[in-house]
Amino acid sequence: MNSLEELIKSMISGDRRALGKIITLMENDSSSSAYIIPRIHNLTGKAHIVGITGPPGSGKSSIVDKLISYYRDEGQKVGVIAIDPTSPFTGGAILGDRIRMKKHYTDKDVFIRSMATRGNLGGLSEATGNTIKALDAFGKDVIIIETVGAGQIEVDIVKVADTVVVVSVPSMGDSVQTLKAGIMEIGDIFAVNKADIEGVEKCIMEIRMMLELSEKKGGWNPPIIKTFGNKDDGANELYKSIKNHHSYLIESGHHEKKRIMREKTELVNLLQSLFVKNLYNIVGEKEMEELAKKIAKREKDPYMIIEELIPRLKKSI
Amino acid sequence: MPDKKLRILIAKPGLDGHDRGAKVVARALRDAGMEVIYTGLRQTPESIVETALQEDVDAIGLSILSGAHKHLFKKVIDLLKNEGADDIPIFGGGIIPEDDMPYLKDIGVKKIFGPGTSTENIVTYIKEMTNKS
Repeated sequence: MNSLEELIKSMISGDRRALGKIITLMENDSSSSAYIIPRIHNLTGKAHIVGITGPPGSGKSSIVDKLISYYRDEGQKVGVIAIDPTSPFTGGAILGDRIRMKKHYTDKDVFIRSMATRGNLGGLSEATGNTIKALDAFGKDVIIIETVGAGQIEVDIVKVADTVVVVSVPSMGDSVQTLKAGIMEIGDIFAVNKADIEGVEKCIMEIRMMLELSEKKGGWNPPIIKTFGNKDDGANELYKSIKNHHSYLIESGHHEKKRIMREKTELVNLLQSLFVKNLYNIVGEKEMEELAKKIAKREKDPYMIIEELIPRLKKSI
Repeated sequence: MPDKKLRILIAKPGLDGHDRGAKVVARALRDAGMEVIYTGLRQTPESIVETALQEDVDAIGLSILSGAHKHLFKKVIDLLKNEGADDIPIFGGGIIPEDDMPYLKDIGVKKIFGPGTSTENIVTYIKEMTNKS
């Protein structure tokens, strides 16, 4: 039995360090994922996956901290993936979301993993999907994902989470902001955090108006909940809404539909990267450059080159 | 493509009141392309070790100004041993008297960076240290 096989066994039997190491492997090298995922796939699909997104400084980490407490009060095992940005200049990152979750550090049934985006643009990191699977296989009942501070188009969370909470804070712009496409469209629940500062009623009204204009999400009416940063007010209501949404998904059959869609997206993505990799094996960086030169010199056009390459590409699959 | 990124935990155990030094180091490591898990003030040895496991870090840096360094380093190292994770190297910084260095070395602390160390030295040291292990 090789060492990776052993590591997977230890992880499944509950070794926290093994889980930490497996996440690192999948984060660093996609060929490890191709080995690991088939060995844990059967153990996944049980956890409720909750996404928390919203602008930087809106209080996502503090909200996650509170949610962990409520889940733990009910004896549920919690996994957290907290994502912070990678510097586009140095490739480094400061991962500091944990700071808000201090009181859970030594709770052995709470596993918090910080991840850097590593160049991914949608608000998650590339390995987030597989990390969810690892936590799921590890036996977590709920997996909370905190996205990077999201602006308008960081909406990938909707592709991995069952329930998405969009955190807003008052005074972030006028009502046109809530009309815009993107992040405001993906919330199953809206939390208006720091609701003790001015402008909260206006913020709520604008979200409500936006929701009234939106297409209904089946039979689910997204609630808008006031939360208060460090205080407990509202956090319990948010927790209950998240659980309600989960029940709704299961009872309405949307849960199944969402999961199938998610698996489809993942499959397509994996196939795409496989094709791209194969493409470079067949054509090669150098030849690609030569072909590009021909296009630049107007000797050939890109569609002509594709026609010429197709026979070679067909043989490769 | 394997893309190994160094992940470093920077933590402040004990009752220190400020973390400027730790933040400067965290920032320098970030600028050197590392992923720095920063856990803030007043950590217990237990929470530091648990974080190191979950985050699967390549090294742990502890900053201690309080004078309790002998006790705190020892505790963290003992706990790592209990978890079978004493292969994770530990370095430190802060106000640590010369006289205590042999003891710290003896219990397994890899290196202590005193006040005035250039961040460049720290970066180079970490890169070399993690390459070896």
